[in-house]
Amino acid sequence: MLEARNLARRVAPLVAEAPVVLERASVHTLPAHARFSLRARDVSGVETLDHPIGRTWLSEKRFAARLGPDEWLLGAPESDGDLLQQGIERALSSRFFSLVDISHRNVAIEISGPAAAEALNAGCPLDLSEAAFPNGSATRTLLGKAEIVLARPSAAPVYRVECWRSFATYAHGFLIEAASSASFR
Amino acid sequence: MLLIDCPFCGKRPEVEFRCGGEAHIARPANPFAVDDQAWGEHLFVRKNPRGLHAERWIHAHGCGRWFNAIRDTYTDRFVETYKAGERPSVDLSEARA
Ligand SMILES: [Zn+2]
Repeated sequence: MLEARNLARRVAPLVAEAPVVLERASVHTLPAHARFSLRARDVSGVETLDHPIGRTWLSEKRFAARLGPDEWLLGAPESDGDLLQQGIERALSSRFFSLVDISHRNVAIEISGPAAAEALNAGCPLDLSEAAFPNGSATRTLLGKAEIVLARPSAAPVYRVECWRSFATYAHGFLIEAASSASFR
Repeated sequence: MLLIDCPFCGKRPEVEFRCGGEAHIARPANPFAVDDQAWGEHLFVRKNPRGLHAERWIHAHGCGRWFNAIRDTYTDRFVETYKAGERPSVDLSEARA
């Protein structure tokens, strides 16, 4: 459980970074977020979790990305972390699962614009075309030398990059670099 | 880039994967019953063929799952991938380069 006294002391990485808005691709850091790593064998019938690997369930404020056969990355606004935890505990009450708070471990960066996919492909080997990575896709992959979770929450060319906080400076710098070269082509 | 067909995620770029060496190596059921020679071979001696080879792979930067693959060590072509615990449909005794 997230304790308020720890929350107050925590300094989020990249907080001082201003948005980088370029002609064809822009990079924003996203505000602090509650995130959980869920491991479970059986989620049948749970609407928010029971979808194919590589896809994400989305609501206005929350997401549940299925990273593997038994692994999910869950996210909610920082103030909703406890609610999300309670929701999962209720939905999976009679089954075995592990739910770990990783809010402090992850940092989210958003890259958007017509050349966003091109910029990501400077370091991400995935096929980001409409057919291979449509709206609602989410997966763990690589960005340069860092492991990330890449999600596409909507049909717009907007991508969410989740990385570990120790990779945040690298991933953020990489995306800005890639966004600038994609913009001036 | 070489694509590897993860049994869970589908075709994904090679850099997301790591190889874990030869697959289907059974640990002796009773290690106390095998002599040093046989135990040493179980631990260290591998086939290293020129041709079809059953290997363990992990989709490290993806679903994080181990699975098995039949790969031609000569051409680096992935002939088949299948989940751990399953058997390949390819007959490895007919391995060719
Ligand atoms: Zn996979």
